[in-house]
Amino acid sequence: MLITLRKTLNNMDTKIKVKEPLFSAKNMKLITSPIGKNNPVIIQVLGICSALAVTVKLKPALVMALSVTIVVSVSNLIISSMRSYIPERIRIIVQLVVIATLVIIVDQILKAYAFDVSKQLSVFVGLIITNCIIMGRLEAFALYNKPWQSFLDGLGNGAGYGLILIIVSFFRELFGSGTILGYPVIRKLGLYSIGYENNGLMILPPMALIILGLLIWLQRSRNKSLIEQK
Amino acid sequence: MENILNIFIKSVFIDNMIFAYFLGMCSYLAVSKTVKTSVGLGIAVTFVLVITVPVNYLIDTYILKKGALVWLGKGFAEVDLSFLSFMIFIAVIAAIVQIVEMVVEKFSPSLYNSLGIFLPLIAVNCAILGASLFMQEREYNNMGEVISFAFGSGIGWLLAIVSLAAIREKMRYSNVPAPLRGLGITFILTGLMAIAFMGLMGIKL
Repeated sequence: MLITLRKTLNNMDTKIKVKEPLFSAKNMKLITSPIGKNNPVIIQVLGICSALAVTVKLKPALVMALSVTIVVSVSNLIISSMRSYIPERIRIIVQLVVIATLVIIVDQILKAYAFDVSKQLSVFVGLIITNCIIMGRLEAFALYNKPWQSFLDGLGNGAGYGLILIIVSFFRELFGSGTILGYPVIRKLGLYSIGYENNGLMILPPMALIILGLLIWLQRSRNKSLIEQK
Repeated sequence: MENILNIFIKSVFIDNMIFAYFLGMCSYLAVSKTVKTSVGLGIAVTFVLVITVPVNYLIDTYILKKGALVWLGKGFAEVDLSFLSFMIFIAVIAAIVQIVEMVVEKFSPSLYNSLGIFLPLIAVNCAILGASLFMQEREYNNMGEVISFAFGSGIGWLLAIVSLAAIREKMRYSNVPAPLRGLGITFILTGLMAIAFMGLMGIKL
């Protein structure tokens, strides 16, 4: 009896050894790489559509980043678990249905618990469906990889997208309205009394594009290999 | 009539899909390298918009809206299916793009050769779904206004992508700082063009 027990233990041991640990270095890289040098927004230029429109204030940008992260990671997980059952020819429709279902859930939750933010984001919650990051990750990663890795990849890409949103909206809110998350930083510092004024242009849509252009400039001058050839 | 013209001018210049809402940026950045292809994509987007937005408007008013199903009987007056709109809209768009592709291929091979490669791209273009969602949110009164809005949005998108492509063609001869080359300068250019378009704000007919 003891021998059989030991045998089963040994078996389990080898099984565990064969299995990769959940947070191995390779898996962690799936999360960190899209945040930094493989960023979906400023390197791969995906998902710009919504990235710019919601960045006037920090709060909607945070909510948007969170929603996209949830949708991309969960849809990656679902599609990856079904990947051997999806016929090749109708995969786009299947992907769209999964994404649309998740977006409807996110939209209903936002409407129930954060109605004012949901009003500010207006159509852009719905536009998560056509966000190129999600389709891109499903096509490029989830169809060929295991569910857990796909989930991590989704988390990483959502975080990379969120990071850009947060940087852009931080500058736009600070210089445009003089607040951070609604807290009046500039007034507390007393800058208005010495003649400082908010820059109204920062609130208007064109500045989002220009700030993103400058971010790309910064990233590419730090990382020369990204510079485009003529 | 005046109202319809007003909506058209407004959606071309003031509520421009690219400059005011950044919709359809992905293909806008990827396909704007030469004027010729960008004209093709712009026409394809306009074409699909003018078909999908009115169809989605009909579906919204007669099936999805709260109380829209009242034509089935009095018991349906309280039914509200608007939570389904995202899924229905995207399905309609995907299906119509597919049908348009097949029809164009059958009846006008020359048009298919010039538009064909862009049509599958369009199904997941944010501008198309965005226009349908804006149509739902802004609550237009009748079909004429909806068609005018869809056509105007398409023309506005066409205008934006063709002018950017023309500038990018010229820019090949200028000396852009190396890290800004390509994508970076395109963003800043679009920003400057958007500032120029803001000068048209407040036009009313």
